[in-house]
Amino acid sequence: MPSLPPIRPEDEEVALKTRPGGAFDAPVDEEHRATLFEMLLRLGDDSLILGQRLGEWCGHAPSVEVDLSLANIALDLIGQATHFLNLAGEIEGRGRDGDALAFHRDVLDFRNCLLVEQPNGDFAQTMARQLLFSAWQKRLFDQLAASSDERVAAIAAKAVKEVAYHEELAAEWVIRLGDGTDESRARMADGLDWMWRFVPELFELDEAAADANGRGLWPDVDLLRTGYDARLQTVLAEATLDAPKPQRPILGGRRGHHSEHLGHLIAVMQFLPRTYPDAVW
Amino acid sequence: MYTTELQKNAQVQNLEDPAKLEAFEARVAADEFIEPKDWMPEAYRRTLTRQISQHAHSEIVGMLPEGNWISRAPSLRRKAILLAKVQDEAGHGLYLYSAAETLGTSRQEMIEALHSGKAKYSTIFNYPTLTWADIGAIGWLVDGAAIMNQVPLQRTSYGPYARAMVRVCKEESFHQRQGYEIMMAMCAGTADQKRMAQDALNRWWWPSLMMFGPTDDNSPNTAQSMRWRIKRDTNDELRQKFVDITVPQADALGLTVPDPQVKWNEAKGGYDFGEVDWEEFYAVVKGEGPVAKERMKARREAWEKGAWVREAAAAYAEKLAAREAA
Amino acid sequence: MSKDWPLWEVFVRSKGGMAHRHVGSVHAPDAEIALRHARDTYTRRMEGVSLWVVPSASIIASDPRDDAQMFDPAEDKIYRHPTFYNIPDDVKHI
Repeated sequence: MPSLPPIRPEDEEVALKTRPGGAFDAPVDEEHRATLFEMLLRLGDDSLILGQRLGEWCGHAPSVEVDLSLANIALDLIGQATHFLNLAGEIEGRGRDGDALAFHRDVLDFRNCLLVEQPNGDFAQTMARQLLFSAWQKRLFDQLAASSDERVAAIAAKAVKEVAYHEELAAEWVIRLGDGTDESRARMADGLDWMWRFVPELFELDEAAADANGRGLWPDVDLLRTGYDARLQTVLAEATLDAPKPQRPILGGRRGHHSEHLGHLIAVMQFLPRTYPDAVW
Repeated sequence: MYTTELQKNAQVQNLEDPAKLEAFEARVAADEFIEPKDWMPEAYRRTLTRQISQHAHSEIVGMLPEGNWISRAPSLRRKAILLAKVQDEAGHGLYLYSAAETLGTSRQEMIEALHSGKAKYSTIFNYPTLTWADIGAIGWLVDGAAIMNQVPLQRTSYGPYARAMVRVCKEESFHQRQGYEIMMAMCAGTADQKRMAQDALNRWWWPSLMMFGPTDDNSPNTAQSMRWRIKRDTNDELRQKFVDITVPQADALGLTVPDPQVKWNEAKGGYDFGEVDWEEFYAVVKGEGPVAKERMKARREAWEKGAWVREAAAAYAEKLAAREAA
Repeated sequence: MSKDWPLWEVFVRSKGGMAHRHVGSVHAPDAEIALRHARDTYTRRMEGVSLWVVPSASIIASDPRDDAQMFDPAEDKIYRHPTFYNIPDDVKHI
């Protein structure tokens, strides 16, 4: 290979300084890997399940324009899920890719929050879910863009622009429905009321989240909460809506303890790969 | 720019002025574009409104058979592709409604005509999607047939329609390819997959040939539409072209077209093929297709269940305007 | 039967330095939603860097029946065009 440049002495000097006697097979930190895998599943499953839910709207929205908007959000989310779950499979190192994780796990192994698996209901309920989720995801991704893991940071930095748009769009609709007609106001209030008990789970600091936080893989959830609450307050005020009364939080999604809805969702979603396990599509 | 609102001010021409008519025909014959505010014969306006709105309805109803599989797409990649494709159809419906609205009929009137059964849409969407291979077959055959119809319409005489078709054709270029790619994967796959692929071709072949409409003998308006450049080829010409292109594609997949009469005819340089079941075609046109009731029910429900959303947003807009005025 | 939203015309700037171009229309209840509908309908494939929406009813268009008086008078003003003037070839930079 005569055309390659020679290794210059100054390069050699740099090389000597960079590796303080390290080995090429540095031991993998198994705990770090497990934590990163866990958090990637949470991120990927959140996006996947909500994308799946929004896809159910396709062809049935209140106007053709809204159909396009909802499909755009769903596409962003499916894209995020693909990135997060593929990376999760890579980190896990057991030969599973995003598809294997999406289509060959059962309820107990899904790590999404309960909020995203809630049924679409009417358009108000869908927008309530979207606002409550996207407002959280936006603040989360803002922080994850500075994750100690470069790959996570890169996905979050790209996705944060998408979810910023989702949050804005959902807010616009919550405002219009809240401050629209008597009927839309009642429906918007009902939609928020349905989703409200699943909000605390977004800020739950369980063992995995605390561990991930210590490793620079997850932000300080209290920090997220402040901005989130302020944002909701502004939107609800503009929508002339009161925040729903505090409800007993329902938790468990992050540990695989889901609502009854998720089983039906994944039964539909996974039907083909499960029925024809040998098929390539 | 060219809108329903503006059109309301336009004078209705009841009796066609022969001089205007002649000038109009000359412009069309000279390949000029007709724009919304230009004078046009009422028959041209009516025919075009019908054609473009039918086309728009077809895009919107056409979201349903494929939408049926978004939740069940077998991989993340396939899910994203299908969602993007069905979304494109919503977009295309929108472009076409926009174009039709410039002729003076509001989208609401067109949608109401669809829901009341007065307006028609492509017969093809009244057939059910039973397996994942149907998603492949629709992309390959249905979009293939649609492209054949649409490409020449990019040069149609009505400006807004031609511009909408340019956009539609550009965006649709991936639709047929993704369908064929699904078929390739199925045909290279397991015995179950091959069975689904052949079955899908069996079910979608004849309805695809019906998409080109009745035979030329039974298309009394073809001559006028061709003179007006709102139709560029006859139904039978396009059907022949479709068969000639598609049979070798089926061969490449290792699938058999469900027509024993398909045979290469050296003399005419094309395939001979059997007769479409025209009784079925006219039944589907009349609204008696296998899932016609389901399709219309889904569209009506979407519109009716969305009414409170549209009203709420309109009410909010009025409040906003009132606040700004205050 | 419930009503549809008003119509808005959509203009897209395809990239910096280009003018906004009319691409079609959307229905929307108000300006903010009209912008979002325009974004979701007309810029799904990176077609634009900037959007305008205008209520369709606000556009004033010339009437084709006035074409002759509007546009024909410009036809014989050929002295407005550079090729109208004969300059010898050996005179440069003009």
